Amino acid sequence: MDVGRHPKINLLAYSEVEDISGYIGNFKVKVRKKARYVDEVECTSCDDCVDVCPVVVPKEHQLGLASRKAIYIPFPQAVPASYIIDEENCLGFNPIACGKCAEKCDKNCIDYDAKDEIVEFDVGSIIVASGLDVYDPTEFDEYGYTRFENVLTSMELEILTGPGGVTKGKLIRPTDRKVPKSIGFIQCVGSRCESRGTAYCSNICCMNTIKDTLLLREYYHDIDCKVFYMDIRAFGKGFEDFYRRSKALGVEYIRGIPGDIREDPKTKNLILSVENTTGNGIEEYELDMVVLSVGMVPRKDSNSINKLLTLQTTSDGLLMEVHPKLTPIDAPTAGVFFAGCCEAPKDIKDSVTQASGAAARAASILSKDKVKIPALTATVDDDLCKSCGICVKVCPYSAITIDMKAKEPAKIIEAACKGCGTCASECKFDAISMKHYNDAQIIAQIDAILEENPEEKVLVFACNWCSYPGADLVGISRMQYPTSSRIIRIMCTGRLDEKFILHALKLGAPIVLMSGCHPADCHYINASLKAQLRIEKLWNKLERKGIRPERVQFEWISASEVGKFVKTMEELEEFRKSVTKKEIEETKKILSKSKK
Amino acid sequence: MSENVRIGVFVCECGTNIASTIDCDKLVEYAKSLPDVVFSIKNRYTCAEPGQQEIQKFIKEENLNRVVIASCTPKMHEPTFRNCVIDVGFNPYLVEMANIREHCSWVHHNEKSAANVKARDLVNSAVSRARFLEPQKELEVPVTHSALVIGGGIAGIQSALDLAESGFDVHLVEKEASIGGIMAQLNKTYPTID
Repeated sequence: MDVGRHPKINLLAYSEVEDISGYIGNFKVKVRKKARYVDEVECTSCDDCVDVCPVVVPKEHQLGLASRKAIYIPFPQAVPASYIIDEENCLGFNPIACGKCAEKCDKNCIDYDAKDEIVEFDVGSIIVASGLDVYDPTEFDEYGYTRFENVLTSMELEILTGPGGVTKGKLIRPTDRKVPKSIGFIQCVGSRCESRGTAYCSNICCMNTIKDTLLLREYYHDIDCKVFYMDIRAFGKGFEDFYRRSKALGVEYIRGIPGDIREDPKTKNLILSVENTTGNGIEEYELDMVVLSVGMVPRKDSNSINKLLTLQTTSDGLLMEVHPKLTPIDAPTAGVFFAGCCEAPKDIKDSVTQASGAAARAASILSKDKVKIPALTATVDDDLCKSCGICVKVCPYSAITIDMKAKEPAKIIEAACKGCGTCASECKFDAISMKHYNDAQIIAQIDAILEENPEEKVLVFACNWCSYPGADLVGISRMQYPTSSRIIRIMCTGRLDEKFILHALKLGAPIVLMSGCHPADCHYINASLKAQLRIEKLWNKLERKGIRPERVQFEWISASEVGKFVKTMEELEEFRKSVTKKEIEETKKILSKSKK
Repeated sequence: MSENVRIGVFVCECGTNIASTIDCDKLVEYAKSLPDVVFSIKNRYTCAEPGQQEIQKFIKEENLNRVVIASCTPKMHEPTFRNCVIDVGFNPYLVEMANIREHCSWVHHNEKSAANVKARDLVNSAVSRARFLEPQKELEVPVTHSALVIGGGIAGIQSALDLAESGFDVHLVEKEASIGGIMAQLNKTYPTID
């Protein structure tokens, strides 16, 4: 394939991204290239090693519907077209037990002692195309996927009818190896379901089933095909025609999802009961074979990449874009883009389209010689700095250096500072200031908001990456919530100095909310956790002073959690009503008495 | 502050998106009443070309040194307005936005009176912040002209090829032993049968 040959593409297959640091235009990447135990360059794919390998295991590429050896090529068209040794099953790692393939290989390509390699390189932009997984329908026990051999998934049907399969593309029924006379497709297995699988529509399954029925009717004219569905979604170009063709070929579409499948123990036929919602109630069908049309679910292993790039997901586990309509390819992390199913389930055409879009977006950065970094960094006032070193300790990016012995003031490494503001919040001497989010600016906003009738307002500090755009998405979705909230944007909850909160309480704020990214999503590594610790300390302080700590709240609200945002605002408004004018006046008195 | 702060407040109606909930004429009057605000005007669409030209024009005519735009979320149009003022030699960090759409008109359209009070507070907050804004210089950093593509399924392959064909070096990382992803397991695909 073109990728393997392209001089500009460095293909790192059987590899995993271990670490990513840096920023737009300048990411540093560390990849673990796992040992294949076979020299990719020298290997001529002669197959001698496979012939002598004594180990036979199920072949993953064929979903276990075929077998392979412990040394193998994943599938005939694989790129790179090189063998790989499956560590788990190969006996050769014990030199006494086996070594047949190494002995047989004329070119000495096999090395059982090969080690994983760490590859490091710099890039200017990153495209995440990590995909989705096929849903495993085991939990739909009523369909007997694990109990009845003649119940397959749509993916297994694909393998069984594919030319690389054990039957060389001939459809057979697993129990008697005969071509089935009737076959039923059950749609939406694991999709559009609140309790199992996913709540979203997986997009591709209706069309995939329609394709399967056309294929079956054209190859095996007398096979009886039935499709059990709730809605047929054939919305793309050429899709409706495709659906019509299937119906014209005699495929029967029955509107209703079967409640269960039973097996006739003698014939191994499957009996489905279904409420036909366009017919006369409960109907029963006896079929030779049933295909569960399974959807797509988030990959279990996608978390590590999401974490490295501080990407957030929707409650469904799909990656969050900057804007659902206007910037659907951009990740909130600058310089990172999405392609394919990781953003949402897609068919091939849409995946390819988005992938080209992502490439164009990435190219818009890569074609420049320089990019500008927002001026949000920290600055140190040398006169106020006491060289205590606390800023160095709390900085998530090691962007501050200090010579404590020489009592030299702290220094900010501007290219490394991301502007979270944690150092400014933690500095006891107010020696650190944030460009564009300085104390005077934030205090001025608090003053303005609480100028009139402060007791009626819920003051919210929301971080730029999660809670602020979360509140935006509530607006875009036109959800309604109480009018009492007033949001102040900060880059990170790490910026939230307790003095801002105390200042607000002193001005008569009944309640202050700090809202930011869930710690796992924090765009500044662990700055939101540091903010949480500060709030917890503040609670103790307030309690000692005789102020109800509940008047300062914090909530992690991601950019996708619109429901949580609205609920939080409703709860805070209820709570606000419980804070009496008397209580507010007392707080003001307490806080004006104490020095700090 | 050594200089004389001169703030201009540009209120956007966003068609009816803001104007159907917020009385923009009154909001303009309110803005004018705030200290250091020397100019305020409303526009049907501030982000549109005429709206942006209006900002540029009044920066010059009114000798503004701070600009507040009361419109949508800064996540959407902050870059637009920053670029708009750069064209007239104005530092982009002297622009502040009041989010009276996503955080106000769209979420409180059933409570107009309270929404108008909130819009005033948001404008006051932005103006108060604007008073303390300082010009900033952005750090320029060089770009590494290569890309990382994570995942060698059909999407990753297409992205990698497009970038490579555009002349950029691409590192394509795939977890499995071969690229191809799920598509490599498919026999035939719709909406044709191949």
